[in-house]
Amino acid sequence: MDKKVCNIVFGGIGGQGILKASEICGWAALYDGRHVRKSEVHGMAQRGGSVESHLRFGKEVYSPLVEVGKADYLLCFHEEEHPRLKPFLKEGGVDLIGYLSRVREMIENPKAINTAMVGVLASYLSIGQAAWMKALETVFPAKILELNKTIFLQARALRDAV
Amino acid sequence: MAKKSTKKAFLSGNEALAYGAWEAGLKVACAYPGTPSTEILENLSQFREIDTQWSVNEKVAYEVAFAASVGGVRSLFACKHVGLNVAMDPLMTSCYTGVNAGFVVVVCDDPGMHSSQNEQDTRWVGIYAKMPVLEPASPAEAKSFVAEAFRISERFDTPVILRMTTRISHSKEDVALGERTEIPAKPLEIDIRKYVMVPGNARIRHEIVEKRLTKLKTFSEKTRLNTVEAGSKSLGFIASSVAYSYVKEKYPQASYLKLGFTYPFCDEKIRAFAKSVRQCVVVEELDPFLEEHIKTLGIKCKAKHPSFRLGELLPDFMEAIVEGRARKVKPMKNRPPRMCSGCPHWTTFSILKKMGFFVAGDIGCYTLGALPPTSALHSCVCMGAGVTFNEGLRRAHPEGKIVGVIGDSTFVHSGITGLVNAAYNKARGVIFILDNRTTAMTGGQNHPATGLTIRDEPTKELDLKKLCEACGADYVDQIDPTGNLKEYEQLVADRIAADALSVIISRHPCKLIKRNM
Repeated sequence: MDKKVCNIVFGGIGGQGILKASEICGWAALYDGRHVRKSEVHGMAQRGGSVESHLRFGKEVYSPLVEVGKADYLLCFHEEEHPRLKPFLKEGGVDLIGYLSRVREMIENPKAINTAMVGVLASYLSIGQAAWMKALETVFPAKILELNKTIFLQARALRDAV
Repeated sequence: MAKKSTKKAFLSGNEALAYGAWEAGLKVACAYPGTPSTEILENLSQFREIDTQWSVNEKVAYEVAFAASVGGVRSLFACKHVGLNVAMDPLMTSCYTGVNAGFVVVVCDDPGMHSSQNEQDTRWVGIYAKMPVLEPASPAEAKSFVAEAFRISERFDTPVILRMTTRISHSKEDVALGERTEIPAKPLEIDIRKYVMVPGNARIRHEIVEKRLTKLKTFSEKTRLNTVEAGSKSLGFIASSVAYSYVKEKYPQASYLKLGFTYPFCDEKIRAFAKSVRQCVVVEELDPFLEEHIKTLGIKCKAKHPSFRLGELLPDFMEAIVEGRARKVKPMKNRPPRMCSGCPHWTTFSILKKMGFFVAGDIGCYTLGALPPTSALHSCVCMGAGVTFNEGLRRAHPEGKIVGVIGDSTFVHSGITGLVNAAYNKARGVIFILDNRTTAMTGGQNHPATGLTIRDEPTKELDLKKLCEACGADYVDQIDPTGNLKEYEQLVADRIAADALSVIISRHPCKLIKRNM
């Protein structure tokens, strides 16, 4: 197993399902046997304001927050928020903003943007397929599970399609 | 990898705390919603073994939960930092009476004020109320510490403060789950000298409180909650709460005195640790609570620059803190929150803005009416002040164009007494109850005027109209602000023109309410 801590920053605005996206990844990392820490915001900040969630996993993790310049991956769900979040990315870190428009074209329901972006992220991470599927099963209720699995898998294939 | 298959879950600090309290045999839990503490009761209410409630306010919640402990079952009260202010009256004397079964006071501070009106540091309450304070540093610790808090409460016959912060409550971690231990209720025994705090009894209890503090101090020196993690002799940190996680991440090789039982202070442990390292640095969020005490012991240590007493700490600040540098204030470019599009509050604010009134505000989603471009709410201090500020401002400017606004949940929490006061003292003006049928800002919790319990079960519904009439308002009108703009404007104009105390209940459900209406 990779001993390095993986740092991911999720961001956008309230109502985009950002916390759900980091939630799926957190469970996936847990099912993959990693120690996971994640931070999020609730309450007033969620009312259409900037929403940010940090996820860190590895063998041993202390801080629930990612330092500026230390993120391995940046998942930004809103173009206007991107300049604010960009500094989190480390040199050589992976910025998934380029996938945003392609993901939007791919999905019919804009609410599924979070699952789709997580699908894209999954194509970069070393977390196994079984852990991802179990995570989706944990986070989504039965009636929308299959739809989300499909979107996840479609989005994960986007990287190979480049 | 794991030796035996322990069940694990990915839990927030609040979820983990709830789970830990359930495992520890918790029987009664009370709270009023408040970010970042809300999810504690929401999660506890999922356990059928626990009698849970949204109380009318924190004072009531504290008293009901505390009395359950006096009655002989483990109980818990949860609030946000400013909620504790509302509960301070029972808290201060509950420390004198002590408990019967374990009683834990969970307080979630909000460094950085993500969703609060101030950033008070609850650890001082430990000194003020002479109560032990525990500080978990992670969700997993929130779970194990709550069990420990119940044991300490029973062993020392005292309420125990479990102090969380936003980054503990709202960060998640993989946490191992266990089973519940049922604890039978203790008998309700009459003990007048312990539970009737008249001066003669309270004087005796105060002596007991002071003796208890000495015993707790001895405990603080021994408990595993305060642990030394031996590392490099050249650099040592004394840290608590999430600050420990940040500094440990940055300086994994250093030595640590990690404080989980923060108050009473473990002076000898602190002294010995400081002596064992060449350089000792205290790292804590908000006030210099540990720092000031450690310095009064005559111990040489470094601590954060005073500029770091403002706002929350971040892992990015650790080097600056060790080097004694000031906080560099970065311009905040966050997109500010706003009322949702289609929110029924918009109509009220657009009318009031047009009329050019000073709007005394309160705590809730409608506080966002103060933000540009609306800018139609002009004060916000605490729960209930929408009603009392209308009165006080009018005492300064009897002919002023002044009204008050308050939410439905907030009115039930703290507005009623202000309205009674206004009527009794012949105050005038219009109070708007912005009734969206829920406690919206914290995510949509039920309250007495919704007619539903914490578990969405039907209950007696508080009739706000009748209540306001009984309080002594001259006019009480109820109107749906959506789709009735002309009628609403006319009503507001009429009531403002009247030389009277009026309440307008502007009722339309928040569109984010989850329940089936």
